[in-house]
Amino acid sequence: MLELLWLIPALPLVGFLALVCLKPAKSLTALVGVGSVGLSAAAAFFVGARFLSSPPPGHTYRQTLWTWIRLDGLDAGFSLYLDPLALVMVLVITGVGLLIHLYSAEHMIEDKGYRRFFAYMNLFVGSMLILVLADNLLLLYLGWEGVGLCSYLLIGFWYENPSNGRAARKAFIVTRVGDTALAVALFLIYRHLGTLEIQRVMAQASIEWPVGSNLALAAAALLLAGAVGKSAQLPLQTWLPDAMAGPSPVSALIHAATMVTAGVYLIARTHVLFALAPAIQAAVAVIGAATLLVAGSSALVQRDIKRVLAYSTISQIGYMFVALGVGAWAAALFHFMTHAFFKALLFLAAGVVIQALHEEHDMLKMGGLRRQMPLVFLTFLAGSASLAALPVITAGFYSKEWILWAAWSSQQGSPWLWAAGLAGALLTSGYTFRMVFLTFFGPTRPREIAQPGLRVQVPLVLLAVLSVIGGWLELPGPMGNVHFFSDFLWGSLPAPSHLHGSPSTELFLEAVAAVASLAGIVLAYWFFLRRPGGTEALVRSFLGGILNRFWLAGWAFDWLYDRLLVRPYVWLAEKDRDDFFDQIYRGLAWLNRASYQGLSLTQNGQVRWYAMGMAVGAAIVLAMVVFL
Amino acid sequence: MTTSVPMTHGLILAGVLFAMGLVGVLVRRNVIFILLCLEIMLNAAGLAFVVAGSRWGQADGQVMFIFILAMTAAEVSVGLALVLQLHHHFKTLDADAASRMRG
Repeated sequence: MLELLWLIPALPLVGFLALVCLKPAKSLTALVGVGSVGLSAAAAFFVGARFLSSPPPGHTYRQTLWTWIRLDGLDAGFSLYLDPLALVMVLVITGVGLLIHLYSAEHMIEDKGYRRFFAYMNLFVGSMLILVLADNLLLLYLGWEGVGLCSYLLIGFWYENPSNGRAARKAFIVTRVGDTALAVALFLIYRHLGTLEIQRVMAQASIEWPVGSNLALAAAALLLAGAVGKSAQLPLQTWLPDAMAGPSPVSALIHAATMVTAGVYLIARTHVLFALAPAIQAAVAVIGAATLLVAGSSALVQRDIKRVLAYSTISQIGYMFVALGVGAWAAALFHFMTHAFFKALLFLAAGVVIQALHEEHDMLKMGGLRRQMPLVFLTFLAGSASLAALPVITAGFYSKEWILWAAWSSQQGSPWLWAAGLAGALLTSGYTFRMVFLTFFGPTRPREIAQPGLRVQVPLVLLAVLSVIGGWLELPGPMGNVHFFSDFLWGSLPAPSHLHGSPSTELFLEAVAAVASLAGIVLAYWFFLRRPGGTEALVRSFLGGILNRFWLAGWAFDWLYDRLLVRPYVWLAEKDRDDFFDQIYRGLAWLNRASYQGLSLTQNGQVRWYAMGMAVGAAIVLAMVVFL
Repeated sequence: MTTSVPMTHGLILAGVLFAMGLVGVLVRRNVIFILLCLEIMLNAAGLAFVVAGSRWGQADGQVMFIFILAMTAAEVSVGLALVLQLHHHFKTLDADAASRMRG
């Protein structure tokens, strides 16, 4: 059964090729687009079941499909590597990806780019699967770049609007900064360790590089830079809020299953290198903590529902980085999984709302949708509760709890990280329920609402169920002590080192976090439902107005980068218009044009002129024969 | 037995004829004169063959002249047809008028 592994990434790619080459009709398009990912999910499910029931030796399975590149010393096979870490990623990507594809089959039905949409989506899922199943870093890089390309294509899917194209280019260029760092990391690793096969790199690095050595620090820092770009963390987070330009299912796919989680996966996959570079690992945690606060506060003031969700994704990935930074690898993966469920759900539900209100993104113009779209409201509420980490009942609570506990108690953790996470939890539940209250509560407004069909309802309900029960795979010590998830990941990721702190402390901290989460909901209720005028007074006050504008612009990073990088570059390009190299190419162009004009003069259409040409040519040839 | 004409004289005559024909082709604008000058050039070439054939006492030169005559007949028929077309289209026999193929 494990031999079916190659089918998992192959099926979406076949679907992509079929959609591009065969150009099927509309009904068949949905069948191919959804079916290929569905079959891939089925294959992943069977492989996963087999992997669980009779694990292969060492909990790893390697499948070499063919040799990709063989040079002197470099041997990169097209080979797949399955271990618990990869399996979790594969199951989430294919499972959530399938639900998103099913939803898109109905959601995008009116779009004239229906086939193009499914082709890109299939390629997106296929690239991500190659990324997580890659056996060597080169193949991983192939998937990494494929994901970047697809995000560009899908963010700019409605390319007639120039601002969408700009958002797509921004996403591509900003992530390229990280991609370049990752490429340099690959060069460095190959130069010093002589291999790109991930497991051998890890083994050799721990032998050859002492802890804290410069090479280990450099390699980990470059990998971190790559992860920061893809996962939209500080300072490369600016592309994600603008990536909302794409259709809602694309946002769901980018935020939940593919793309932004690639950075988390990369760090978890190369965790040995980060363990060899404690300073960089600490930087991972600090970046995560800073990002979750910056993005959380920005989400608090956004008016566009999808921008709230985008900032929330940045913030939640920040939590995963905190977990990675304190060595709680499994906690990061667990939060990735629960986040995939509820974030996909929230984006899909938001997509239904936006479509029902004729592309209205502004939450202040929504309101009162609770009675008009009951199913969407209930599922959205389940996702929001999970995002806000509503205590005990939701999956988000358990995953966030685990991260906060690890941030407090692990060897690399500190109370500061925990405090940042706690403040983030307050912000999270605040902005989440602000969104819920503004969108669904308040006075009902008379409007025509088209109810979603079955292909939209099924994914919403399934994801809502998953975002509630998904957390039961792992319950903390004082509350049931279930360790199914971390035990499963034990094979590929070590347990967090030296948890100090007693179960009673854990319970106390959990209670504090639960109170923070509930407090956020109460505050949101107070400010946005009970006293809607209160926030306006706040915004009108001097400090509140400045803070509002500052947060609305996402801490003005775009402004900063515009002044710091974009404008100097444009200025330099304009100043440098007539440099020496331009002259060379301009000279070439002139030469071409001059010879074109000269030669076209000879073609004057007069027979006598051509006869003259022939006579002179013959004379020259004769002269050459005679005299040479 | 009459003394034969020296070959150089024959070839010089052929060359002069050829040059005259060529100059005619290049400077005349009337298509009929161009065709006439072409005939002169062809006959110059034929004369050169005949002279060479007589120099070595071979019949080949005269055979080649017969060929050239036959080809000339064909060429003239095509040429005259073109002249008619030219006149039909442009109402003139000026070769420079038909210069629509200029680049």
